Order: sequence, then structure tokens, then C-alpha cells
Amino acid sequence: MGLDIRLPIGLLFSIFGVLLIGYGALGDKSIYARSLDVNINLWWGLIMLGFGLVMFVLGKRGTKMKV
Amino acid sequence: MLQTIDWAIMVVYFVFVVGIGVAVKRYVKTSTDFFLAGRSIPAWVAGLAFLSANLGAQEVIGMGASGAKYGISTSHFYWIGAIPAMVFVGVFMMPFYYGSRARSVPEYLRLRFDEKTRGLNAISFAVMTVFSSGISMYAMAKLIQILHIFDAPFRMMGLPQPWIFHFSLVISALVVLAYILLGGLTSAIYNEVLQFFLIVAGFLPLVYLGLKDIGGWSGLKANLDSSYMHSWAGMTNAHTNRLGVEWFGLAMGLGFVLSFGYWCTDFLVIQRAMAADSMSSARRTPLIAAFPKMLFPILVILPGLIAIGLPMQKMMNTNPAAVVSGGKGLIPPKMDAVGQPIVDRNGVAELDYDLATPNMLLHYFPTGLLGLGLTALLASFMSGMAGNVTAFNTVWTYDIYQSYINKGASDEHYLWMGRMATIFGILLSVAAAYMATRFNNIMDMLQLVFAFVNAPLFATFLLGMFWKRTTGHAAFTGLLGGTIAAALHHGLTLPEGGMAGVKGGWLETMHTYPSEMAQNFWTAIFAWTTCFVLTIVISLVTRPHKEEDLKGLVYSLTERPKEGHLSWYARPATLAIIVLGLTLVLNIIFR
Repeated sequence: MGLDIRLPIGLLFSIFGVLLIGYGALGDKSIYARSLDVNINLWWGLIMLGFGLVMFVLGKRGTKMKV
Repeated sequence: MLQTIDWAIMVVYFVFVVGIGVAVKRYVKTSTDFFLAGRSIPAWVAGLAFLSANLGAQEVIGMGASGAKYGISTSHFYWIGAIPAMVFVGVFMMPFYYGSRARSVPEYLRLRFDEKTRGLNAISFAVMTVFSSGISMYAMAKLIQILHIFDAPFRMMGLPQPWIFHFSLVISALVVLAYILLGGLTSAIYNEVLQFFLIVAGFLPLVYLGLKDIGGWSGLKANLDSSYMHSWAGMTNAHTNRLGVEWFGLAMGLGFVLSFGYWCTDFLVIQRAMAADSMSSARRTPLIAAFPKMLFPILVILPGLIAIGLPMQKMMNTNPAAVVSGGKGLIPPKMDAVGQPIVDRNGVAELDYDLATPNMLLHYFPTGLLGLGLTALLASFMSGMAGNVTAFNTVWTYDIYQSYINKGASDEHYLWMGRMATIFGILLSVAAAYMATRFNNIMDMLQLVFAFVNAPLFATFLLGMFWKRTTGHAAFTGLLGGTIAAALHHGLTLPEGGMAGVKGGWLETMHTYPSEMAQNFWTAIFAWTTCFVLTIVISLVTRPHKEEDLKGLVYSLTERPKEGHLSWYARPATLAIIVLGLTLVLNIIFR
């Protein structure tokens, strides 16, 4: 099918990543008591952004996954 | 409770869901595009969709609940109750499903057997999918109410709180309707892949935080009775393990009859493989799905275990607001209609296990990640719903409408019919969801009837695909006989402590099973065996089909698919061996 699914996945995860990183870096830090004092928004946001970018780049290059 | 950032995540997700429908709309030109995604889906996409279509409400919430109730033995539903069947359908059955060019599972039955066998399967399947998607919708709307997701915005707009239920139903129906109408199976599959990644993204940090809090694996062990921590220990006797089943009932009932009956014959999942771009992709679809499937217990069962094991001390330290009195760990007691905890005969409070996973999210996730977690939860409900709707519109259009109502119309007409079927399929699901709110017992009975209809199915397919002598009359009678056997067995047995009625024993109680699960497994075993024997006997006394009509439909009359162009590691047989080997290792580690 014409649309490479990796593009929307990459885009969505990148947006989520940026949102979470922004909120984790700038927002109130006292909310992280419940997540065991881990700034989970920041860290998980970074991971999601990384994954999103990889998916997006793979989709852009149109490399066929060899599975 | 939810802040702007949480809403932003949810809204962005829904924009993407519908956006995918809009983006693939221009590729939908024929009915094959709409119902089978133009048979153009790459293996890994079809594989993740195969997994995701099954990943409805029952899975994420239900497996968390079972994890809290039964512990690690819940993983049998994956390692015994899914993986072997997924390998079997990919390696042995897909050549006939995909190779026969059948457009649906009932259509395969038409090609292999006859019209009446197809009709029986198509009609029961269509009814089942509508009710399943209705139940999914109902569960989602209920959960949204319980978690108070829309309470604040409704209060702000001055709307009455009971409307939240209606609003949740309507909005989920509209979203699913929009993207399926636009892009058909392609957009359903694409969204399922998106949902797969989202569910992983939403639940992985939950498992991380939960495990970190309870002190890792050793901390979990220290806080739970050892019966929670093993999958096989105590399986020699139904009374010495948490499931209440003995190994034979488990292996035959769950591992063979129920699991093969679902993964190998249910069009909801098979449709994803039929949409693959080639025979080898179709065969690899369930095998690729098997890899994440075998690791899913980490994501869905472990949160339940942590929820029940979490000591009070730790909960007070991190999030005192989430602590409920009278429960165990993060799991609250079940309440009756007037808000009193429900107790069993021994005066012990019954726990509301279904809240295990949602409460874990609320307990650990701060604003931001909470939006992501809840979005993942909603995504899982929607993928289950959409899976049912796409399977329904295909079976309705090809196997009921085209076969019995309007033969020989143009392809555009069937494409139009598919879109109409999507609309009334969703309307019927909404009606089913409301029925569930009014008549809970009717829903329980319907699910029971579906279980009776499904239990014998795999015997018919197994004989049909691997024994060319099997005839149409035999298949049809076998299916009916198996269903009747299931109903009779259920009517004559009861689980321990159960009351005669919807739990069984409505004819007479001849045997008592140690648990409801054991009763279900044995009902399935009886149904399957009856169908198997009946089909063989009747086949031998009825006239066989002509061999030239069975080419491509039966094992002995079909050429083996050629896999020579694939590298050795990408061949279905290689994947199958790796999957089975890893599953064995998992069973040994967590025995």
C-alpha cells in the first residue's frame, strides 16, 4: 500500500517524545514522588523521541524490512 | 485529575488514528482493497496487526486481572494457549487459506465443503463479532466512568455525569467508524500496528516503575506466596495450583482445542494474514506475531502481580491517595450496588481484580505519562473493536450478502455494501453495548453459546485440510454435533461451589469440576472430540468430493509452497523452530 506505516508511527512517537520531554524539563518536579523520584516524563520522552526518529528515517528511506 | 498535557497526548493520538484513514483513502478503489487491503501488506505489518487485533480489552485488563488472581500461571494463556497454535496456522494452514484465494474463512469452507457449512460458520461468526465489539465498547465506557477520565470536563461544561457513559460509547464508535469507512482493512491494520507500539510504550514504563518499587524480581518473590510465582508447579492436581486445572485439561483444553480453535480458524485474526502481500508473508504473519506475543506476559501480566504484591508501606510512601482500605495491594474490594464490599461464604472480601492494571497506571504515572498510559488503554479497546468490525463487514458482504442476497452485482456495489455494513455493524455493536448495560445475564449466556459454537471448529478444519475424504455433510453434522455436545456437557456439570444455571448444571449435575476454568476446558475437549469422531464416521458413509475440486484446499492435493527465494533465516520453518525453542525456554525458566 502506498503509505509507509513507519512514517506516521515515527511522527506520532516523535511528537509524544517532544511533549513529554518539554513537560518533564519545564513542568513541576514535585509530581514525580509517585514515580519514585524518577523524572519519568523526561526519560521516557527521550526514548520515545529516539524511537520515533529512527522509524521516521527508515520510512523516509523506504528501506524494505527484511522480515 | 488529567492536565492539559494528558489531553494533548490523547487528542494527538486520535488525530493520527483518523488521519491514517484519510491518508489511505485514495488507495481504496476495489472491494479487495477495502476488505483485504489489496493483499499488499508486508509481513511484519501484517504480523503486528495479527497480534494487535486480538489485543482488545480482554487482553490488557483481563490478563492483568488474571495475573493478580492466578500469578505467573496466567502465562499459560500465551505460551501454551497461543504460541503453538500460531506456529501451526502459519506453517501448515496458511498455504490453504492464502493459496486457495478464499477471501474469508467461511469462503474457504464453501470451497472445501459446501454451502451449508459456510452458511453456518458465516452467520454464527457475524453475530459473534457484533456482540464482541459491543462488549468491548461497553467495557471501555465503564472503565472511562470508573477512572473518572471525563468527570472534570463534564463538570466544567455543566453536563450530567451519567452522560459520560453515552459520550464514551458514541465517541469510540465514531472514531472507529471514521477510519474504517475511509480506509477499510488497510487503515484498520495500520492503526493496529500503531496501537501495538503505543501499548508497548504505555506499559513498559509501568512495569519498570512497579518492579523498581517492589524491589525487582526478588522483591516480588519476597512479597508473594510462592504459588503465584510458578507456571507449572502443582499442575499434577487441580487442587494444588492457582488455576484449579490439572495439566491434561490445560494442555488439551486450552493448549489444543481452544487455542487452535481461535488462532487457526477465527477470521478476525486470519484476515490479517490473508491481507499479506505474498504466500511467504502470509505464512510468516502469525510467526512474526509470535515473538512479541511470547513476551507480552511481561507487559500485561506482571503489572497485575505487582499490584497484588505491593506492601502497604511502599504505597504510603509514594502515593497515599491511591491506597484503598479492605483490598490487597492496589486491588480494591468488589462493591455491591449500595457501596458495601462483597464478601464470600467465609466472610473474606472479594477483590475487584479488573482494576489491577488501571490502578497501577493511576498509582505510578505522573501527569504526562498518565495521558500516554490511558491513551494506550483506550487504543487497546479500539483495536479490538475495529478488528471485529472489519471481520464483520467482510463476512457480511462476501459470505452472506453476495452469496444469498445479491449475487453477481458489480464490484463497486460490493464496495458500497462493505461501507454500509461497517455503519450498521457499528450501530448493532452500540445496541449490543446498551443491551449489556441492561441485561448482564443475556450477555453471559450469549458468550456461553459462542463458546459452544467455537469449540468444535478446529476439528472440522483439521480434517478438512489434512484428510481429503472429509465430506461436506460430515463437516456440517460434525459442527452441529460438537456444539450440542458442548451444551450437554455444560448442562451436566458444575464448577465447585457454583449454582445451577448459567454456570452449568441446568440439566442435572453429574460431575463437579474444581474450577470454572477446568469446566470450560473440558467442555471444549468434549465438543472437539464429538465433532472429530462424528465427522470421520459420516465422511466414511457419504460420497467423497472429486479430487480435482480439492486441489489447493487439501494437504495431499496441494503443491508445497516454494521458499527457495528466501534466506534461510526468513523461512517459515526456521522461524517456527526459533519460536517454539524460545517458548520452551520460557516455560522452563518460569516453571
